[in-house]
Amino acid sequence: MWRDALIVAGKDLRIELRSKVALNQVVPFAAVVILLFGLALGPDRAALSPAAAGLFWVAVLLSAVLATQRSFAVEAADGARDGLRLSGLDPAGIFLGKAGAVAGELIVLEGLLSVGVAVLYGLQLTGGLVLVAACLAATVGLAAVGVTYGAVASGLRIKETLLPLLFLPVAAPVLLGATKAWQEALTGRPGAGAGWLGVLAAFAVVYVAVGIVAFGPLLEEA
Amino acid sequence: MKSNRILRLTGALGLAGVVATFWLGLFVTPNAEFFGSLVRLLYVHPSMAWVAFLAYGMAFLSSLLYLWPRTRHPRFDHLAGASAEVGVVFTGLTLVTGSIWGRTTWGVWWTWDPLLTTTALLFVLYLGYLALRRVPGDPEVVARRSAIAALIAFIDVPIVYFSVTWWRSLHQPPTVNLASRHLYVHGIMAFTLFLSFASFTLVYAWLTAQRYRLYALAEKEADEGLDLALEERRAEGVPA
Repeated sequence: MWRDALIVAGKDLRIELRSKVALNQVVPFAAVVILLFGLALGPDRAALSPAAAGLFWVAVLLSAVLATQRSFAVEAADGARDGLRLSGLDPAGIFLGKAGAVAGELIVLEGLLSVGVAVLYGLQLTGGLVLVAACLAATVGLAAVGVTYGAVASGLRIKETLLPLLFLPVAAPVLLGATKAWQEALTGRPGAGAGWLGVLAAFAVVYVAVGIVAFGPLLEEA
Repeated sequence: MKSNRILRLTGALGLAGVVATFWLGLFVTPNAEFFGSLVRLLYVHPSMAWVAFLAYGMAFLSSLLYLWPRTRHPRFDHLAGASAEVGVVFTGLTLVTGSIWGRTTWGVWWTWDPLLTTTALLFVLYLGYLALRRVPGDPEVVARRSAIAALIAFIDVPIVYFSVTWWRSLHQPPTVNLASRHLYVHGIMAFTLFLSFASFTLVYAWLTAQRYRLYALAEKEADEGLDLALEERRAEGVPA
């Protein structure tokens, strides 16, 4: 299972490195989102700084939708999906691989985006350990839900509109937990933020487990 | 035929119960000491919320039964879809009645109370589920992906509730604390409350059964409709 996961993750990440769609489209999209938030809330730093954590995570959530769609768009072309089914790889491994690749892309995105938020919203990135831990736990949860729902919606002609509707409400606890963890850490109370890491970790564990179980039957679909 | 009669009886009892609830709730029961006439919302709002949760629980159970290979049968898929649809309707009604309550007691249509926030998220979660169900495809494929989506949505509910509760409690004490304002329900009020739960549950059963039957008929139509149409055409003697 783990070997298969590494193979699939390697394949997906290689595709992204060569096609640079994530780099050329998803990252700029996230940048546009935080710029728009800045315009919506006005240039006042006093208004932007307290909201920064929430805005950051909304941008991440929206980008996660794009990353997931991209992850399954790759499989749609040239019958790659059938190839994947015929490859004999463990479905659980395929799930972990695809989720791992999406998580990897999102982590890179979060790194870039946090610099952007720090610069644009005038933020001091304090409490680094909690920030990083929240990113990791939240990203694993987001990638797990995203890839599971991506498999549910892939192959449907209306997936572009359906996936956000399915994915975003489920991801609400991640937005909440990650935002609170960041807010606490940024206001110098990393201890209080650490409690939210538990929520994020529980979410990640639950949805990785659901994905491992559900991905096999989902992949069988035509 | 027998099941038809039971269904009709359920519907009639449910309707009679709802009518009786409204009559008792609006005209017979007294005003409450603290809430005044507003207490009458008590006879619709909690029972609607109860039906919504019952419906989602039923949709979750049926989805599990569908996914379990030994009990896999289209009827569980139909039951899940029917139940979730009724659940969404009642969640909407719960939100509306809750909003009316909020406007008159706290002066706002909406407050970020854990229960309200969770219910609102529940509403959009299952709207997504219903949207997914409507995507056409091979019935078995549709059933499987819907069952998995129902599972994902239902598992999310406790996580959402827990995180929203914690989110609010860290900020400020909950603005809404019904328990602290003593509301003694007794006599005719308790009876009306009980009646509302019973009759709304019957209405739920009736609606779900009707929707379930519609699913089964739609499937039958998809299976046999073309053959029947062809036969009719042939019987007319026109070259097909």
